[in-house]
Amino acid sequence: MDKVTNIIMVGVGGQGVILASEIVAEVMMRAGFDVKKSEVHGMAQRGGMVNSHVRFGQKVYSPVIKKGEADILLSFEQLETLRCLDYLTRDPVILLTSQKISPPSVTTGSAVYPSDIPAQLREKYPRLELVDVLSIASKAGNIKALNIAFLGALSKYFSLQEDLWKDAISLFVPPNDLEVNLRAFTMGRQCSKP
Amino acid sequence: MNKKQNNNQRKALLSGNEAIARGAYEAGVKVATGYPGTPSTEILETLVRHEDVYVEWSTNEKVAFEVAYGAAVSGGRALVAMKHVGVNVAADPLFAASYTGIRGGLVIVTADDPEMYSSQNEQDNRNYAKFAKIPMFEPSDSQEAKDFVKLAFEISEAFDTPVFLRTTTRLSHSKSVVELSHPEEHAFGKTLAKEPRKFVLLPRYSRIRHPLVEERIERLSDFADVFDKNEMDINDTSFGIITSGVCYHYAKESFPDYSFLKLSMVYPLPEKKIREFAERVKKVYVFEELDPFFEEQIKALGIDVTGKDIFPRCGEFSPAIAEEKIKGVAEIKGNSFSDQLPPRPPNMCPGCPYRPVFYTLKKLGLFVAGDIGCYTLGALAPLEAIDSTTCMGASIGYAMGIEKLFGTDAAGKAVAIIGDSTFLHSGIPAVLNMVYNKGACTVIVLDNRTIAMTGRQDHPGTGFTLRGDKTKGVDYGLLCRSLGVDHVVTVNPFDMVHLETVVKKETSRLEPSVIISQAPCVLHRRVVKTPVPQRVVSGEKCTGCGECLKLICPAIEWQRNENGKKAFINKALCSGCSVCEQVCKEGAITTANEQNG
Repeated sequence: MDKVTNIIMVGVGGQGVILASEIVAEVMMRAGFDVKKSEVHGMAQRGGMVNSHVRFGQKVYSPVIKKGEADILLSFEQLETLRCLDYLTRDPVILLTSQKISPPSVTTGSAVYPSDIPAQLREKYPRLELVDVLSIASKAGNIKALNIAFLGALSKYFSLQEDLWKDAISLFVPPNDLEVNLRAFTMGRQCSKP
Repeated sequence: MNKKQNNNQRKALLSGNEAIARGAYEAGVKVATGYPGTPSTEILETLVRHEDVYVEWSTNEKVAFEVAYGAAVSGGRALVAMKHVGVNVAADPLFAASYTGIRGGLVIVTADDPEMYSSQNEQDNRNYAKFAKIPMFEPSDSQEAKDFVKLAFEISEAFDTPVFLRTTTRLSHSKSVVELSHPEEHAFGKTLAKEPRKFVLLPRYSRIRHPLVEERIERLSDFADVFDKNEMDINDTSFGIITSGVCYHYAKESFPDYSFLKLSMVYPLPEKKIREFAERVKKVYVFEELDPFFEEQIKALGIDVTGKDIFPRCGEFSPAIAEEKIKGVAEIKGNSFSDQLPPRPPNMCPGCPYRPVFYTLKKLGLFVAGDIGCYTLGALAPLEAIDSTTCMGASIGYAMGIEKLFGTDAAGKAVAIIGDSTFLHSGIPAVLNMVYNKGACTVIVLDNRTIAMTGRQDHPGTGFTLRGDKTKGVDYGLLCRSLGVDHVVTVNPFDMVHLETVVKKETSRLEPSVIISQAPCVLHRRVVKTPVPQRVVSGEKCTGCGECLKLICPAIEWQRNENGKKAFINKALCSGCSVCEQVCKEGAITTANEQNG
């Protein structure tokens, strides 16, 4: 695989976006690729937007994805999806959660949360898959495992051994939470239909 | 690096900061110091995992530098890490250390912040290398970050000079693959050998040292020309790009087939290599973020290059900038409608002890001289309670300036506000100055028991060291009284009636006063919180006046119901701090229990 693959992950602080991107990067390194990962997150630890780039291939130069070149978008929050469209290729894979987290301007009534984002996106991006990671994670036993459930769905888009993913997850997730997270991963993987 | 990764693993994905720490460890560093500051903080937080390295959070960058310098001149390898503006604080001993040289190895990490992701300016600290006549290396990825720390120690010892390692936010916080090595058995000799002509900078001795510094830079310049990591890569010669750091990868991403001169040593420059490169390519671009640091020096060699006439001086670069400016193509735009999207700015957490203070200061209409920390977020709408933010510790002197201009007219009009660690970092001399010069300002110390903004580090007020060992913690009351402040009051900011009374009283006083607003950060790791009931809004009593919205608490939402818009408290976020209950004029916000009963 000569071409570099670009994955962009977006969401809001506290959703586990960064951890998810760390795990993907680890998986790809273990699969033998050169990997770079970079992120932008707001000043405060809570509530700000988070945006993480993972790039892998034979040789990766820039740690950030060039606008117009992200092959896959993993979006943890619907509004944040719209903020990163500049980065996408013409025909990207978009994995989207149903989660909406209103920013302060919306909660305080000075702005409106855009309506029906998945339908708007599907018109332009046919390779869009809605993954209900919240309910998968809650069925798996902990809503916080939503990021790992999402990785389960993402893993179906790569022909890598499942164990490679599970090993990387066990490296990053605390032992006490591992069982729930691995369950969330498997359930996420099962529900995804690339 | 993940905690579970061990030394036997040969390859790891490391951030630039983790790689710098790893490089220092592998190089046998003995003493590592610093003050937390984005994007440098994780360097010491990674190094502390190695038991055999002494690490400390120093009170400020100047002290951090001096501790590392003391260790280095006594024969050990030492590293000091700080953000770019931290070097301003450490500049005094830094410039002196350039003259004395050092016996062990001394590496200063300056973590610059192009784009100002978390800083008050985007100064280009490459200028410090030239200014202080100290060599500087700049890695372009994590592997080089690790390698260059080791190299920097070697150069430091070989040339008897402190050495800069420059990183940027992008490099510090990006991860890439690094080959790990075992730590070196670095032989070092502890020494207290006296060399006054070298280490005592009396004018007569300094005059001996200065020519040696100039001669050292000449020798370093020769080294730069033979240094193999100043890499010349001649491909398509229709143009060549001179660049360094992460910018190299941006340019290489867009122009993989053209010629490059990658400067891993950014000061002094390899004059011969630059001349050779310019002769071998038809056109030279200098692709550097921020200042035309290379460009001006290269032009001074009489070489014609294209640089800041097409590339921006402000902000962070990207692969797109290289392509757009060199090819002259229009800005790459997808189908963004991001301009119309509701923004998602950072905000203080639910339950933040700063929120009631800012609400009160705004209510009292005070001019608030602010400082550096999470509380800077108090400047944002709708709180808008901070009127100045300059640099670490500046609030107190700023307020004193106002007072000396306005005289007694200033009473009750202005106040200085400063975080606990910022106060200890550089606020103490300003309080002493106020007492000495008969000032009458009021200083509010926001004591949340941690350095919250950079990720909750310890400091001399918390009673714990960077390693987590117990130590003495500052008694702010005792400290301020011993500085000569007679009026020192400690308040709980969540008692807003008391807080307002105290602020009114102290700001109208014609003598210096300090208010210590004491309540731990809601994210504090060590504080065990007693459970408090969450708040709920009574839909019947809420008139929709919007007063609680002025708190910009993430837990308070505005919802439309049959009677119009009403406040609503999100249970998933409410910390039960009670501030909204206290500001509600209708008594519509109460604890959940009260509503049920």
